[in-house]
Amino acid sequence: MSKYILKRLLMMIPVILGMSFFIFVILEKAPGDPARIILGDKAPAEAVEELREEMGLNDPFLVRYINYIGDALRGDFGTSYRTHLPVFEEIMARFPTTLTLALGSIVLTVIIGVPIGVLSAVKQYSILDNATMAGALILASMPGFWLGTMLLLLFASKLHWLPATGAESWKSFILPCVALMASNMAMLVRMTRSNMLEVIRAEYITMARAKGASEKVVIFRHALRNALMPIITIIGMNLSSLLGGTMIIESVFALPGLGTLAITAVRSKDIPLVMAEVIFIALLAGFINLFVDVLYAYIDPRLKSQYVSRKRARRAAR
Amino acid sequence: MSGKPLLSVKDLWVEYEADEAVVHAVNGISFELEEGQTIGLVGETGAGKTTTALSILRLLPANIGFIRRGSIEFEGKNLLELKEGELLSYRGKQISMIFQDPMTSLNPVIPVGDQVAEMFRLHNEEKLPKTEIDQRVDELFELVGIPKVRKSEFPHQFSGGMKQRAVIAIALACRPKLLIADEPTTALDVTIQAQVLDMMDGLKKKFGTAMIMITHDLGVVAETCDIVAVMYAGEIVEMGTVYDIFEGKVHHPYTEGLFGSIPSMDSHEKRLKPIEGLMPDPSSLPSGCKFSPRCPYCQDICKREEPSVRCMGSHSVRCRFVDMEGAV
Ligand SMILES: Nc1ncnc2c1ncn2[C@@H]1O[C@H](COP(=O)(O)OP(=O)(O)OP(=O)(O)O)[C@@H](O)[C@H]1O
Ligand SMILES: [Mg+2]
Repeated sequence: MSKYILKRLLMMIPVILGMSFFIFVILEKAPGDPARIILGDKAPAEAVEELREEMGLNDPFLVRYINYIGDALRGDFGTSYRTHLPVFEEIMARFPTTLTLALGSIVLTVIIGVPIGVLSAVKQYSILDNATMAGALILASMPGFWLGTMLLLLFASKLHWLPATGAESWKSFILPCVALMASNMAMLVRMTRSNMLEVIRAEYITMARAKGASEKVVIFRHALRNALMPIITIIGMNLSSLLGGTMIIESVFALPGLGTLAITAVRSKDIPLVMAEVIFIALLAGFINLFVDVLYAYIDPRLKSQYVSRKRARRAAR
Repeated sequence: MSGKPLLSVKDLWVEYEADEAVVHAVNGISFELEEGQTIGLVGETGAGKTTTALSILRLLPANIGFIRRGSIEFEGKNLLELKEGELLSYRGKQISMIFQDPMTSLNPVIPVGDQVAEMFRLHNEEKLPKTEIDQRVDELFELVGIPKVRKSEFPHQFSGGMKQRAVIAIALACRPKLLIADEPTTALDVTIQAQVLDMMDGLKKKFGTAMIMITHDLGVVAETCDIVAVMYAGEIVEMGTVYDIFEGKVHHPYTEGLFGSIPSMDSHEKRLKPIEGLMPDPSSLPSGCKFSPRCPYCQDICKREEPSVRCMGSHSVRCRFVDMEGAV
């Protein structure tokens, strides 16, 4: 297992390199001269040229990229063109907000969505089930930014129950979390329900009943774990796309997170900041996927023994 | 047959309500089973054997399978009148079942040993401590012939034969009074089949378990059963002792067809012979005798009127033309 994790970590290196190169190319081709942006429109051309030389902007493209990667490997991601603060600090200052938003919404999604899905499956065709399915359909068809705006209008502007912007207290996170998780939760509820329905029909569930297990034991001990396996993959995929979702939701609610930071950085062609953010988010997504895969192997013994048996086979071959 | 029966199924009717159509899976079957006795249920695929078995444990799929009429008495108690909670002490403890397909009847995410131990935990009236349960699981593994070191493994690490043994271990764990074995050997290859059957026979003798043996294999029936019930389209068309069925002179035309030219108990005829035609669609059964469309002796009256059951001693046949004294 640890070997597998190591392999996956090593595999992340080319991915990150490729990503960063790609973004570097895009930023290179995008209009606008960083030196000009830093000094402003009114600065004399000589000053701009001087700064370009100083920043190494006149070096060939590849040299600049390699220099950047070299610095980054040493932990130096440069300073922001705009604020002149180290980029790493900027990101770390914003990260907690995004993390709270993403984690909060995913945790809520799971602890609310899975039980509702299970209940819905166990009481298939009941009023509760029908209501849940209708609710899920409605939620799933509402885009996050639209729902966010509507929530803002209702709870912040009209009712004044919750703050409209900022991240001062936990209350500021309620509306963004809801907007972010609504469609994910709808999907999770539907997935859980359909998986559960499928698993409940399996012969090992009838067998569990034949053993004399109560309905509770049948559902929670025998069915749930089997039904959860595909759901974990879905949650993992959600997590990655959630990072994208936070960007939008953060702008809607003006939350000072990575998303709003990235948007400002791109607008002002703040190359070091954009690069660092992209690398940071790519790393984050890589770790999340790895974590989900490990969790998956942990829950499904068939996968776990695959890693083990591969190891065994290799040992035997030696 | 004397004494009070352990299990008595009377006039059992079961239907499945599958999209639009109503499947008449079991249509008024009755049989009795005494302690330690084995009844064989034989018949083509779709005859309603599994449905009968599931009905006894009240495990028909919810919202789809319904018991419409009849009673199933176990030790004098009608199982159909029990509440769900009361049933739990019957399932597994008094009556246990070996399912048709051992490949899918073990939970893929729970170690096999745990699945066996669960039986003791679910029916732990004696409040056995964990070590004692472990001990019993080890004993059971030994009994069915699985090395006990493998109890922490998962079902996918077991071979088909070992899975079947594990399933049997689970079914026997609480020494049930009645064991329902739904084709316990069809998923296995021939050599393992024999081993498993021998093992089950031994265990049955050891614990005095009554058994309902569902099978397609006449050899198995001849070896293990005391009584045989031949099912066709949800009805028992013929029932009697093994002797009546294998050695008797009079048979239902369906049984005749099934057995080819009525094999004797020591003949080498092992498999059921295919019969011309198909079993009627259980969602639209023919009127009159259900076997009439395939019956070589069919008369007009057979298509109009239900046949009555003719009996002689332990032997009964559901055909108007059999003369229990003579031949068809
Ligand atoms: N869940 C279900 N929904 C609808 N119809 C069903 C269901 N289960 C069984 N049936 C129908 O009920 C009838 C009897 O099925 P059953 O499983 O009892 O047959 P069987 O005698 O066990 O056959 P086999 O030898 O193939 O196991 C068949 O026509 C089958 O199609
Ligand atoms: Mg069957």
